[in-house]
Order: sequence, then structure tokens, then C-alpha cells
Amino acid sequence: MAEVLVSKKLTKRFGGLEALSRIDLEVQENSIQSIIGPNGAGKTTFFNCVTGFYTPEEGEIFFYTHNLTGLSPDRVTKLGVARTYQNIRLFKNMTVVENILVGMHPHMKAGLIQGILRDRATRREEQESLEEARRLLRFVGLRGRGDMMAMNLPYGEQRRLEIARAVASRPKLLLLDEPTAGMNPSETQDMVHFIRRLRDELGITILLIEHQMRVVMNISELITVLDFGEKIAEGTPAQIQKDTRVIEAYLGRGAASGLGQQQSALAG
Amino acid sequence: MHTKSISPWKEAVQAGLIAGAIAVLLNLVGMTTAFSGRYIVSGWFTMGQVLFLVPMFILAYTTARKIAPQPAMHTALAGLVCGVIGSAVQAGLVLLGQVVNLRAMFINASPQLFEILTFGRDLPGLLLLLLAGSIMGVVGAVIFLLPERLAKSVLQALLWILLLGLLRDLVSTVTAQWVIKTKAFPDWLGWAGVLITSLSTFINKTIYSASGLKPLSAIVLFLLVGAWAYWRYGRPKRARITGPLTRRQQTQRVLGLGGIALLFILLPSILGIFFAEILDNVGLYILMGLGLNIVVGFAGLLDLGYVAFYAIGAYAMGVLTSPELGFFNLTFWEALPFALLATVIAGVILGLPILKMRGDYLAIVTLGFGEIVRLLALSDWLRPWLGGTQGIQRIGQPTIGSIILDSQQDLYYLFLAAIGIVAFIAWRLKDSRIGRAWMAIREDEDVAMAMGINHVATKLLAFATGALFSGLAGTIFAAKLHSVYPHSMNFLVSINVLSLIIIGGMGSIPGVFVGAFVLIAAPDLLREFAEYRYLAYGALLVAMMLTRPEGLWPEERRRLELHEEEGEVPLGEPPPVLNTPGG
Repeated sequence: MAEVLVSKKLTKRFGGLEALSRIDLEVQENSIQSIIGPNGAGKTTFFNCVTGFYTPEEGEIFFYTHNLTGLSPDRVTKLGVARTYQNIRLFKNMTVVENILVGMHPHMKAGLIQGILRDRATRREEQESLEEARRLLRFVGLRGRGDMMAMNLPYGEQRRLEIARAVASRPKLLLLDEPTAGMNPSETQDMVHFIRRLRDELGITILLIEHQMRVVMNISELITVLDFGEKIAEGTPAQIQKDTRVIEAYLGRGAASGLGQQQSALAG
Repeated sequence: MHTKSISPWKEAVQAGLIAGAIAVLLNLVGMTTAFSGRYIVSGWFTMGQVLFLVPMFILAYTTARKIAPQPAMHTALAGLVCGVIGSAVQAGLVLLGQVVNLRAMFINASPQLFEILTFGRDLPGLLLLLLAGSIMGVVGAVIFLLPERLAKSVLQALLWILLLGLLRDLVSTVTAQWVIKTKAFPDWLGWAGVLITSLSTFINKTIYSASGLKPLSAIVLFLLVGAWAYWRYGRPKRARITGPLTRRQQTQRVLGLGGIALLFILLPSILGIFFAEILDNVGLYILMGLGLNIVVGFAGLLDLGYVAFYAIGAYAMGVLTSPELGFFNLTFWEALPFALLATVIAGVILGLPILKMRGDYLAIVTLGFGEIVRLLALSDWLRPWLGGTQGIQRIGQPTIGSIILDSQQDLYYLFLAAIGIVAFIAWRLKDSRIGRAWMAIREDEDVAMAMGINHVATKLLAFATGALFSGLAGTIFAAKLHSVYPHSMNFLVSINVLSLIIIGGMGSIPGVFVGAFVLIAAPDLLREFAEYRYLAYGALLVAMMLTRPEGLWPEERRRLELHEEEGEVPLGEPPPVLNTPGG
């Protein structure tokens, strides 16, 4: 299997603070992989480096054969990486469909002049994009919500819309930043199911940051653990649950001795 | 279960004090006096009286709403309290004026003002003032008690009476010139001439008196407008979101647009020469408004130096056409593309350094840019090219064939054509890929970039388009005056354009038209207002932000998804999955 994303010795500093230090990470095609770690471990910083919001001080990021290091966010998106945000960031005063149409921006073509003249090709492009947007809405279970203002959607649906908007750019890799944050157990279950479908039915490779251990252990094929900007462990859910360094990072050194309890704590 | 109890009496007293303060302000800035000659209903009351009594009415109404639900008696009493206090404050002003010479500080606290406030009856008139104030307060509060539909109809009818009364002079000027025009009608149109003449007589002799509405016609109009409003409010509300139109709606829309277009084409003939100048000014501001609406309304880039592009357009037209400077001596049409190109380039030049700026910083820098352009035009350094304080004279005029478009009416059609093109462009762009990119940048720039939107190109496009429209306005303005002066390029132009967008509704194209008519035409139509233009703007903006922040004609959203519910299932590949997730 090919690697979709490879980061090599990725380092990001904010002043004296090393938010990420020499992170090596690989994401296999068609996998679902998680990044976990305590607050401030550098998970979102890693996402920001990949998507071009931050420029790393050292190291490189490759997406297939493209070097993403130092590219602007719009270029990264055009290559096929999409993301969502920890705190939902929709275009609040636009309708649901418009949000998705913005997501399709990179593979639409109409420029200023075509927009004014609205020639045959532009009309067809608009029509096709609209149909695709409707299909996407059905896929994420937002059918019939298309003409609502994004800000009027309930919380869970806003999360789904954000993912739909990311999917609209036809990504090969999707970065999800805490997709189940603030959700109740049944909504969380729906989201896990939904993320699997993104991979299984649309063939999108998924890298997610997640705090809920039940979700992480359930969904991930591979887990990377960060702590204070360093990668401290990597492995399958079963391996991670047994890893002493991970348990230390989460619960403190002393707790690591009573291993049995903590395993169940991590398993959720 | 009281979450927060409001004491109705405290509220009423507070409202009365506020009403009094507003009325005293209006009195002291001289508005009451300025409008005291303008009868709304002839022999009954003047606009001046409306100004110092209406605050009590409005505040009594809002207090009634605030303290609701209360027993009817309490509401009326609260209104009374508000009215009495509001007028008592003004009575206090009159009494104070007797003792102290207020004119040293408030030039408008004249004996004339006191005469108006006491209804010309000296100090006993103060009782009349208190009486009128309390009636206003009680009526304002009681209107709130009426069923909502009735209350809204009454308020609307009152507003119309006020407006029709105020517009008396205008209407009579307009109708008088109709009569003159009918003299030129050919014989076979004689019947139309008679019709128009009798309509004019009817309006001027039956509805209006020499000043204001006739009392009887005011009552009849009040009832008619009220009944019409009552009927209208009873109809189901039209949805704010527009969808794909049915055939019939499409025909209606085409007819409607055609009607509006015809009206605009005939407007100078209907209104007469007196209004052509005002219409030209409105047209100028609509053009600029449409441009700034793209920059601020669509793309969310707060530009306070928008006048710069207007100046560049006007000066470019001047430099290219004026024989006085003698550089190029082009005609208007030859110079137009170059002048527009110059504004677009200026838009890009301004855009480049401020790409990274947001919000307040952007506003400050654009403000500076506007001033720099004005100062450059004014400077001695560029005097040989731009004429310094003298400006540029003898600017080329637009021609069609051998006809020179130089009268205000001809230029109106030039504005109309320009507005037609520009409005069409703005309307098309709004629902295009670029328009959505602008809106995405307005909503969240970081995320927009993460959606693959190139923020550099997109923002520059917004600045350039906005600059182009403003530059177009500038070129026509230069041609209209045959000259440009640096002092007509001041900061207030930018503020006016921004205000009209806010009042019309950010991002709304019809809103630009509404805003321009309200802000630009209204003060010109009511001469007394001209002096208080900025006071009225400020009050209007504050009132709008409090009560209707979305603007007078807010942006409509198109229905895009609805389409499929009508059974028009699109062809093409089937949807990937039909069931909803998490099932």
C-alpha cells in the first residue's frame, strides 16, 4: 500500500516552545488513523502544518509525491487534502448548499467574466455542481436542509455539513479535528459509522484527532500518540492500550504501576 | 415565574426623560423652528410640531411594548406618564429660557422657538404643551394595545400622511409642469391632456391646500391607506428566500422589471427638470454603492477610502480629455476605457499592500489611501497635471452621433445605462463561483483559503471590480460638471456610500437603490433637511442598527436545493448512497 502522507522530522516552534519536535508519521492509503495525546500535545499544530496554515521550521511533509512544506492552504487543498476544525467553522451566513458549493471551488472553473456572461459551459458547471451538492447532502443525511442558513443547523448537523464541505473538494486525504467533540453517545456512534462510510464508500483516507477513547479504539487501524510535541508511541489500538509510556502521559507516572485499571480507562 | 421584573412606572419615567431629551435636542439644533412653516395638515399641525411631539409618541409605544403584558389601564397610564414628563422637560426649557439667556450658548433657543413650543400663547401655552404631550403619550401606548395587524396599519397610515403632507411642495411643482407639458401634446392626445390637467387640479386643489394636506383629504387618505395596509398585512407573508420560478412567476417578474425599467426611462419627464439634478446625484451614488457593495457587502473588506477610485476615474477623464491641459484631447468615449483601466489598476495597487490586513486595520489604511489621493490632487507638486486647487476644467462631454449629452436629463440616461450594466454585473456575480468565494472570505478568511480559494486573487478581484464601478461613476461625474475639483473628493463621499449600503442592506443589490434614494434624494427633496443631513443620517443609522440591522431591503437567498423536491430528479450518475448515516 502506498503512503498518502509522510512527515519527516517535522518541527514547529513558537518562540522557545517546541510545539512539534521531529515528528515522523506515515498514513497508509485507504486507512483510518488517529492522533491522540493530552491537551497541548501538538495534534492540531500538526494539522495546521500539513494544511499550510503553519510553516514548519524543520522537516518536510509529503502528500503522495508532492512536497507540501511551505505551500499555502489553497494549494494544499487543490492537491487533495481537506480538513475540518475543532471548533466548527462554517460560513455561517451562507446557506447549506452554498457552503458545499464553496467547497467545490477548486475544481470549478468559471472566472469573473464567465460568471457575468453565464455562458453555456458555466451554466452547465453550476447545474452539475448543484446536483453534486445535493447528492452530497443526501450522503451526509442533510437532505432538505440545503436552503437553511448554516448557522441555523443543530450542532450535530453542523459537524456533518463541515465534513460534507471538506468532502466537496474531492480530497484523497481528510483531516478531522475532533469530529465527535460535544456529541452524546448516540450521535458519537453515528459519527463513527459515518467516518467509516467516508472511507469505504468514497475511498477517502482519514486522519483524525480524537479525545474519546471509545471512538479512537473502535475506529482506528493505527494510532499515533503525541505528548509535549513528541511522538511517544505508535501502533494498533491493542498495542497502544498496553503501552506504559502512553498510560504515563495520560495518567501520570505513579499511575502506570496499576496497569490493569488504566487499561480499562483507556479502553473507555 | 419572574426571571426579571420590570417596574412599569420606572420604565415610563425613564422613557419620558429620554423623549424629553430627544425633543430638546431637536429644538436646540433648530429643526423645530426650521420646519415650523411646513404644514402637514393645513391649519392643524406643522412638521415642527410633529418633531417636538413625536418623541413622546414613539417612546410611549416602545415602553408599552417593553412592559407588556400589563392591564390596559396601566399601559395607558404609563403612556400618560411618559408624555407628561417628555413635555414637562420641554416646558422646563421654555421656563429656563425666560430666566436665563440661553442664546449665548444655544443659538436656536430663540423667542421664535418658545413661541412654537407654547403654540403662540405665551406661558399659558405650556399647559397646551403638556396636554398635547400627554395625548401623544396615551395614544402611542394605546396603539400598542390594538391587535397587531390594526396597530401596524394605523402606524403606516400615520407615516404616509406625514410623508404626503411633507411632499406638498414637490407634488405641486411636479404636477404643475405636467400641465405645461400637455400644451405640447398633439391633437389626437387631447383627451390625455385633459385627463392630466384635471388630475393635477384635483391633486392641487382638492387634496392639498396652499400648504399641507386639506383636513378632510387627510382623514380620507388616512382611512384609505390604513385599509390598504390592513388588507396587505392580512395576506400570507412572502418567503424571503426565492426559489426557481414557475412559468407564471417568471412572466410576472419580466413584466415587473419591464414596468420598473419603463418608469425609470420616463422618470425625468414625469418629474420635470427640477428633479433631473437630484436624479443624477442619486444615480452617481447608486453606481458607487453597487461597487462598494461588492467590496464591503460581498467580500467583507471594509473600505473607507472608496472615494479615491471615484476621484481617479474623474481625474483620469479630466487629464485625458481637457484641452486646457492639452495632453491628449481625447473625446469622452475614447477616454472612457483608459480612465476605467486606470481605476482598476489603482484598485489592484491599493489591494496589494493590504491583502494581509483585516477589519479595523484595513479600514484605517483605506481611509489613508482616500486622503492621499485627495491630497495628491490638491498638491502643488502635481499641479501641472492635475490642476491643484483649481481642478480641471473643460472636460470632454459624451456624445451620441452629433448630439452632445450635456443637459441633466441627457446625463440621467447615461447614468441609467451605466447603472443597468453595473447592476446586471453585480447581480450575475453574486450567484457565481467568484461571488461565493467573496462571501466565503467575508465569513471566514482562513477557512476560505483552506477551501482552495486563492485569497490574493479573490480579494484583488473584489477591489478591482469595486474600483471599476466607482471609477465609472467618477468619469460620468466629471463629464456632468465639465470639471473636477479636489474638494468634491472628500471623505464624506466614502461615508455616504457606506451609509447607504448599510441602510439599504449589506450585500443586497436592491438595497443599494433604496439606500441611495433614502439618503441622497430625501435631503435634496426637503430643503429644510439639507442643513441637518448628517444629524439625520446619524439618527437613521443608530435607529436602523437598533431596530432593523439587516437594512431596509435585505439580501434574499436563492433556493437551490428546493429544486429537487419538485420531482425534477437530475439525470446522471445515481447518488452514491441513499440511506442516511447512522441507521
